[in-house]
Order: sequence, then structure tokens, then C-alpha cells
Amino acid sequence: MLSLENVSTGYGRVRVVHDISLHVPEGSLFAVMGNNGAGKTTLLRAVLGLRPAKKGKILFQGEDITKAKTFQRVRRGLAYVPQGQQAFGQLSTRENLQLIADQYGSAGHKRVNEALDLFPALKDLLGRRAGLLSGGQRQQLAIARALISGPKMIVLDEPTEGIQPSVVHEIEQAIAALVSSGLSVLMVEQHVGFALGIASDYLVMASGRAVSEGQGGAAAAESVRAAMAL
Amino acid sequence: MDAAIAQLIAGVSLGSILLLAALGLSLTFGQMGVINNAHGEFMMAGAYTSYCVAQVIPDPTWALWISLPVGFLVGGLLGLVLEVALIQRMRLRPLDTLLATFGVALVLQQLAKDIFGPQPVYAQAPGWLSGPVEILGQSVPATRVFIFFLAIFAVAALYAVLRLTPLGRQIRAAMQNRDLAEASGISTRGVDHVTFFLGSGIAGLAGVAATLMDAISFNLGTGKIVDAFLVVVAGGVGQLKGAIIAAFGLGLLQAGIEYSTSTSLAKVLVFLAVVVFLQVRPQGLVALRTRSLA
Ligand SMILES: Nc1ncnc2c1ncn2[C@@H]1O[C@H](COP(=O)(O)OP(=O)(O)OP(=O)(O)O)[C@@H](O)[C@H]1O
Ligand SMILES: [Mg+2]
Repeated sequence: MLSLENVSTGYGRVRVVHDISLHVPEGSLFAVMGNNGAGKTTLLRAVLGLRPAKKGKILFQGEDITKAKTFQRVRRGLAYVPQGQQAFGQLSTRENLQLIADQYGSAGHKRVNEALDLFPALKDLLGRRAGLLSGGQRQQLAIARALISGPKMIVLDEPTEGIQPSVVHEIEQAIAALVSSGLSVLMVEQHVGFALGIASDYLVMASGRAVSEGQGGAAAAESVRAAMAL
Repeated sequence: MDAAIAQLIAGVSLGSILLLAALGLSLTFGQMGVINNAHGEFMMAGAYTSYCVAQVIPDPTWALWISLPVGFLVGGLLGLVLEVALIQRMRLRPLDTLLATFGVALVLQQLAKDIFGPQPVYAQAPGWLSGPVEILGQSVPATRVFIFFLAIFAVAALYAVLRLTPLGRQIRAAMQNRDLAEASGISTRGVDHVTFFLGSGIAGLAGVAATLMDAISFNLGTGKIVDAFLVVVAGGVGQLKGAIIAAFGLGLLQAGIEYSTSTSLAKVLVFLAVVVFLQVRPQGLVALRTRSLA
């Protein structure tokens, strides 16, 4: 579904991500872990084209998208839920959803209803400005927005960061359900237990480099924790 | 009492003129984060469009109704060309844009001088706009009433586009968070083009309206850009609501001061008032309010 080949990127002259290669098979979840500042978000931004890849190649469904603009990648079926519960704060919850649905006609509006069924808490908040939602509500909105584009693959950056435990569980369940429904996922997650529980493959980053990789499952937890402690 | 009503009417009228000049600038400033110094020249282009249309269509009423959309189109296309050719290449370099668009303004002025001559020209207003109208016991020039309604129409139309259409949602989204908009499948470049077309088109429309009150000359825009800029900054960048309040606020203020002093002194005092106001409230009247967003 998605392959990175020796991707390097950064900010200005500063390289933050070095030679990362990974492959996300169709219908599975790939987890990226690592300590704060390891370069995980920067890597995901390169996947979406929000940072240009200075080196390497990005293939999506077999096609080279290394030079494609962000919105073109999204229209090809890549959806992004950025770190930090982002939404268009001045737009209402409904408008945040419509903004995506508008691009897909009646299919888009049908997916709005599906997304609202996945996160029923949003139903009562449709008229409220997204900037006034709580962090957890905004994160649900962000995932809902990503789903409305009818993606083939979804890129999640720390979906449960800074969210209260009860809502964390809801979000984890929603992600697990998406994976078992056949969606491909590339996810950055600090919560090692949760990530390895649903990941088929993982990668640990430190200082922008891959320091450990392997297959998911509870058995991997020890080597992941060891790699993160380095 | 009569004096107060007279000032009120003069203020509202001034406010609607200010608003027409500032509305488009507020939109392009909000979207691109840069001041387009050629905005006033797009108004001038709209005004000369009105003059050209009047040469082809002798009936002043028809000429006016046709000038309004054509002036919008001319302003919009000029804006689109400027955005694609220049402003887009200078993203995140506001100072360069300020200078470059200033240069474009000078070029457009010279061009107008070459084509239409240095002397002012006139577009004849329709007969039904020539006399005064009685409002609250005051006689007000009908052209001013017309401009008031035109300003209201422009605001309502822009508001409807921004609030009710998919395009409007995209414009507002891109204004707030470009990266997130791109990641939502929106071509922010495309949105820039459309926004600049709309904002500059409104300048063209304002230029057509200006012909109802003033002579048309190559430097018609120079005076207007400063006023428009004051309104945009006082209102809060990219804030439609702020621009509306600021335009009428400044219009009333100026009319009030003008009444007891002179027009030019009133302008200076209004300018000072805005400077002082911005010391107290640098973000303008209406500021973005969000809980905690990038
Ligand atoms: N906009 C930026 N400009 C310059 N440097 C940046 C920028 N954003 C991040 N960095 C730097 O790049 C490095 C990697 O940051 P990144 O956000 O990718 O880390 P991360 O692994 O996602 O961390 P966290 O777990 O805290 O989210 C850090 O050293 C950071 O300081
Ligand atoms: Mg991060």
C-alpha cells in the first residue's frame, strides 16, 4: 500500500529524519514509536508532502508520489490525522465535516453519517465551533474528517495523546475496528502496549533514524522498550 | 438634533464608501497575509471600466448596471494575474510583496495616464441618481444612498459565499490553517487564486461606485488605499465582521470631527485615533478566538 525508500527530510538545512525505509502492507497497521523529538511527526509530514523528501522515494499503491502535492496525495486516498487534535477552530463541527464531504458529493455526505455513528458524541456538537470542543472531542472530529474522504490508508499521529483514559479506550477501539474492516494505517503512538497489540509491523526511531524494527504483537514489547531506552 | 442626524447620515454614507474600498482588501489580506498595494489601482481600473462602458452604451442607467459586473470582472482578472505572476511567488515574504505591489500600482497608474490622459474624465450618473433624497428630514444625494445599498449588497453576497458555499468553507479553512486545509484535500493554491479574484473584483466594483461621486483619474486609488488599510487593520486582519464595524465606526468618527473642523483635519485625527487604538488593541476589533489551535 505504502512504501518509503530511504526517505530523509528536515527543516531548512537541518536534517531531522535520516534514511527511513518502511512498508505498510494493505489492510494492516504499521506503528512508528520513539521518544519525544525522535522525528516521528516529521516523517509523517513527509509522507503527506507537508515536508518535501530531500532524499528517497515514497510509493503509494505502487505509484511514485514523492513529488505530489499534499492535496493530490489526499485525493489519491491518503488521509491524515495530525498530532495535537487539530481542527478548523473557527468553523463549526458540521462545517469541519462538510468541508471534506463537499469534495465527494453524495458519497461524502453518506460517509458523514457513518462517521457520526462511529463517534456519536459529535452528533450533539454539530453547531458548535470546533475551537470550543474539548481535546478528546476534537480528536474524534479529526478522525471523523479523515474517514469522510473515504481513504485507502489513514496516517495517525499520536491519536490518544493528552486524552482522558475513558475516551482513549473509545478511540483505540475505533482504530482497531478500522483496521479489521480492511483499512491500512500508519500510526505514531507512544502507548507501546496498544500499538503493538494491533500493529502487524513496527519501527522505533531515535534521533531521526530507525533503531529497531520487527513484527507486532505483545512479544515485541520488550525489544521496543529497550530500543526506546537507548 | 438635526445636526446629529446630519452627522449620522454623513457618517453612514462615508462608512459605506470605506467599506466598499476595504472589503476586498480584508479578504485578500486575510488569505495571503500580505498587503496588496495595488488594491487602489484595481478600484481605478473599475472606475475606468465604467468610463469605457459609458462610451459604448449611451444610456447611463444601462451603463451603470453593466459597469458593475464588468468592473468586478476587470478588477478580479487583474487581481488574478497579479496573484499568479507575483504574489504567489513571494509567499511568506510580506515586505517583498509590499514593495512589488507598490511597483505594480505605479505601473498601472502610468498605464492609465497613457491610455486615458492625465486629465480626469467623468461617467455620467443616471438621471434617477442625480437628485437628492429625503431621509429623516435631511436631503441626501441619491448617489450616496445607492452606494450604501451597494455596500450592503457586497457584504451580504460575500458573507453568503463565505458562509454557505463549499468554496466559502474552503476559503475560511485555508485562511485558518493552510497545512490542515491541504491535508483535507484542498488545493490551497487554487483557493488563493479564487480569493484574490473575489477580493480584487470587489475593488473593481468599488471603483465603479466611486465614479458616482468623484471624477475618474489615474490617481483615484492612491487616496483610497490608505483609508482601506486603516479599516482592515482596525477591524482585525481577515475579519469581515471587524471590517464592517470599523468602516462604519471610522465613517461616523470622521463625520463627527469633520462637522466641527475640516475634512483634512478630520482625516488626520481619525488616523491618529486608529494608531492609538492599535496601541491598546494590536489585534484589532475582532480577533481570532480559539481554544488552543495551531
Ligand atoms: N517546524 C520546525 N522547524 C524546525 N525544527 C523542527 C520543526 N518541527 C520540529 N522540529 C525539530 O525536529 C525534530 C523532530 O521533531 P518531531 O516533531 O518530528 O518529533 P516527534 O518524534 O514527533 O516528537 P513528539 O513525540 O514530541 O511528538 C525535533 O528536534 C524538533 O525540534
Ligand atoms: Mg510528534
